[in-house]
Amino acid sequence: MQQVVQLNINGSPYEIMVAPNDTLADVVRRKLGLTGTKLGCEQGDCGACTVLIDDKSQLSCLTLAIACEGKDIRTIEGLESNGTLDPIQQAILEKNGVQCGFCTPGVIMSAKGLLNDNPQPTREEIKVGLSGNLCRCTGYEKIIEAVEAVVDGEYSDDKVSQVGAE
Amino acid sequence: MDGIDTEMPNRDFAVVGKSIPRVEGFDKVTGRADFTDDIDLHGMVYAKVYCSPVAHGKIKKVDISKAEKYPGVLAVITGEECTKPYSVNDLLPTETALAVDKVRYFGEGIAAVAAINEQIAAEAVELIEVEIEELPVVVTAQESEQQTDNLIHDFPNNTNHTAEQIFGDVDDALAQADVVVEETFYTSMVNGGFLEPQSAVADYDPGKKKITVYNCNQLPHMLQHTVSKTIGIPVDDIRVIIPNVGGGFGGKSEATPSVLITCLLSRKLSRPVKLTYGRDESIYQNKGRHGCHLTLKLGFNKDGAIQALDLNVLLDGGAHSGWGFVVLWFVAALTHLPYTVRNIRYNGRRVYTNKPTPGAQRSFGGVQARTAVESCFDMAAEKLGINPYELRMINAVETGYKCPSVVEVRHAEFKKCLTSVAERSDFVNKHGKLPYGKGIGLAAGHYSSGGAFLLYNSSRAHSTANIRVDTEAGATVFCGVTDIGQGSTTVMTQIAAEVFGIPVRKVNFVCQDTLLAPMDNGTMDSRATYGAGHAVKNAAIDAKQKLLEVAGAHLGIRVEQLECKDERIYSIYDDNRFIGFWDAVTMYQDVIGTCFGTGDYTPPQPRGDYPGKIIGPSPAFGFTAQIAEVEIDLQTGQVKVEKYYEATDCGQAVNPASVEGQVEGGVAMGLGQALIEEIVVDRNGKVLNPNFHDYKIPTTMDMPEMDSEIVDAYDPTSAYGGKEVGEAPTGPVCAAIMNAVYDAVGVRITEVPVTPEKVFRAMKGQHSRGLELETTTIGFANAKYRGV
Repeated sequence: MQQVVQLNINGSPYEIMVAPNDTLADVVRRKLGLTGTKLGCEQGDCGACTVLIDDKSQLSCLTLAIACEGKDIRTIEGLESNGTLDPIQQAILEKNGVQCGFCTPGVIMSAKGLLNDNPQPTREEIKVGLSGNLCRCTGYEKIIEAVEAVVDGEYSDDKVSQVGAE
Repeated sequence: MDGIDTEMPNRDFAVVGKSIPRVEGFDKVTGRADFTDDIDLHGMVYAKVYCSPVAHGKIKKVDISKAEKYPGVLAVITGEECTKPYSVNDLLPTETALAVDKVRYFGEGIAAVAAINEQIAAEAVELIEVEIEELPVVVTAQESEQQTDNLIHDFPNNTNHTAEQIFGDVDDALAQADVVVEETFYTSMVNGGFLEPQSAVADYDPGKKKITVYNCNQLPHMLQHTVSKTIGIPVDDIRVIIPNVGGGFGGKSEATPSVLITCLLSRKLSRPVKLTYGRDESIYQNKGRHGCHLTLKLGFNKDGAIQALDLNVLLDGGAHSGWGFVVLWFVAALTHLPYTVRNIRYNGRRVYTNKPTPGAQRSFGGVQARTAVESCFDMAAEKLGINPYELRMINAVETGYKCPSVVEVRHAEFKKCLTSVAERSDFVNKHGKLPYGKGIGLAAGHYSSGGAFLLYNSSRAHSTANIRVDTEAGATVFCGVTDIGQGSTTVMTQIAAEVFGIPVRKVNFVCQDTLLAPMDNGTMDSRATYGAGHAVKNAAIDAKQKLLEVAGAHLGIRVEQLECKDERIYSIYDDNRFIGFWDAVTMYQDVIGTCFGTGDYTPPQPRGDYPGKIIGPSPAFGFTAQIAEVEIDLQTGQVKVEKYYEATDCGQAVNPASVEGQVEGGVAMGLGQALIEEIVVDRNGKVLNPNFHDYKIPTTMDMPEMDSEIVDAYDPTSAYGGKEVGEAPTGPVCAAIMNAVYDAVGVRITEVPVTPEKVFRAMKGQHSRGLELETTTIGFANAKYRGV
């Protein structure tokens, strides 16, 4: 039996009809067209579907949409503001932490969740924080370097400008 | 060399050699980048597949009547819908869109449903009734080739292909060699593990009788041909569009049944149909790396010079043909380098088993060959009393080397790679001298770059590029190469920008669409930077020449005295005499019309006449040397890779950060196979780990500290000196780790993955090193069933 839920996604309220077994990933991808959230396994193994729920990184493929009523949900589409990237997005882009890009939104959301919890993680803590995000392209090195650069203040908000490959 | 400019240029580049971010990177970090499953077309419907619950059997009945009547279902098809088999290049085609009469592996599609949404499609699949008469299951290559009656296809002894190559006199050379080593190895069947499961959307236009296919595929032009031959639509009525590809690694270089199923359903319904595999189906469809049994014999003179190589190979081909023929010959081709061996004998067989079909995974043939050759090099080094680094230096190929197979190495900085890793790791001082439980291991390798004669063995151009330069769109390149995450779009953009002397953002790169981009062999065999790079450079030079003529007339300067840089066209003798690049473009448009350029690339044709000659010859080769430092948990046998050194010769790195990314990712993939990855089936052929929970790929926690270096190199046969880096780094990783394990605890593991169990058992068989170092071999390759 479908029912209406109120979801707060990227700062905007949505009223959506969902079935009890609809996952949050299904809802954002298929009902709202927010396809930046990726599905790599639909079993909670790969981390590609990671979003923030009340500032904590969560797997949207294992989260029922119906359980998100009243919570603040942020997807990859909700990080950038009017063309200005979040420092983590900027760092992943400039440090070449992106190759095929399929895991990238999930990696960025996990990193965001990590820094929300712990703004000054060590390299080891970064590795642990991202250990739930599988990436087959990069070997993780450049992703970790990018998060370290953010931690070191290289990409603090006031230094981030609009990006364009020169 | 076949019309290629081989002069060493001034390497003072404006854009080439710079680590610019990915041109599509902004879209990827913001979630804007569309992958195939993100596509949503008007009126689209969704397909799901009934997957075989058994690995081998005769299909007695498929009853789709209940599924057809289920509300919301629009069509249900079975294998009868399209019985035409396919493979890569029509080499023993065996695979069909859906199983016909027989199933041959666990998870093979038997029927497919199209419905108004995925949930209804999945529910309808549950209503399909299938009766299968089970047949005996064959799960190892060794038992498979013993079969006379239990045939997976109708080929004797389940043999797909055999390959034999002989160069020189191997028996004589081995008889005269001072040291001969021999060992048997097994490399596991692994999965590509790309994060994006295969997905396809087909959109049949009943008015024009044309079809558009959206698919995460590396070879869009080959896909056109496969779809055409299989489902009977003329090639030029098929448009293939490749959205962003969520990793390929070779596994997406052939058609998956999903493409054919969506085409069949879309043609039936005249509506767009999408089919995205679950992770389980993605692993059943596999097209990962062949499991491989190898027996290798190497002979050396006492001074360390290699005399002979004798290799016997048995490939586990899984249920279908696919790329198998090519992989079988590639193992042979990859034994000829990177060492100067003159007497080579290769005997290979590929046999079918009731397992997911492997294909052409990154460094295909390379992981298998390198694991055996590099392990045997260390075994020989010990017998010869020569340091493993020295032994490799003695035999390393250099620029100009001609293999006995007539393959020519036109550029190599392999020795620089070996020296780089040896020096950075202090290998010579550490090897054999670390405390028990700690070890250091060296391995090296190469990969071909820009060959791929096997797809179109004709003089047809392997890559073509067209460029349009105008004030309405800047410089727009149309080229058929596919970016699968490796960064070809960025690299091609850099090459075009370099020729014109304009910023990267003024270049548009149009690719991954067969309607817009000219024919290209595609992203395979590490050929994009080399092959398509040539085509793009040539096309840009063609257009630039036209612009220079107009600029020259305007400035009163001969064309050969003009150069393009910083968006200006100026005299090389007086840069105060110039015209703005875009002013020259405007002038050209006003006087002549839109400026177009075209260019292509065809590698030199392979010469000689020997079996398998079209596989292996290459206009260029990339090289790698690698060192692993490991620590073994003596209580459990667990191998921890503490540090990993790599040095790569990829010629001029067009984009160094991308090169580093290829190296780090390539090593990570090798590390996964070395330590943790293997597709495991039970004795009934059921895949036991069709998910990322049980099929482990490396995470952040598994990666060692990486120390890689791009050695100074420039291949003058290449556009801007670059050659491959995508595949070579994956090849030697297993061997580097196996050699390090031997150095740590004195036992030679001959089978990957190097699990704690294998190391522990081997250590129990030999308690310490420094005694008589007769190598201890541990392997389960001869066990009847793997994994259980």
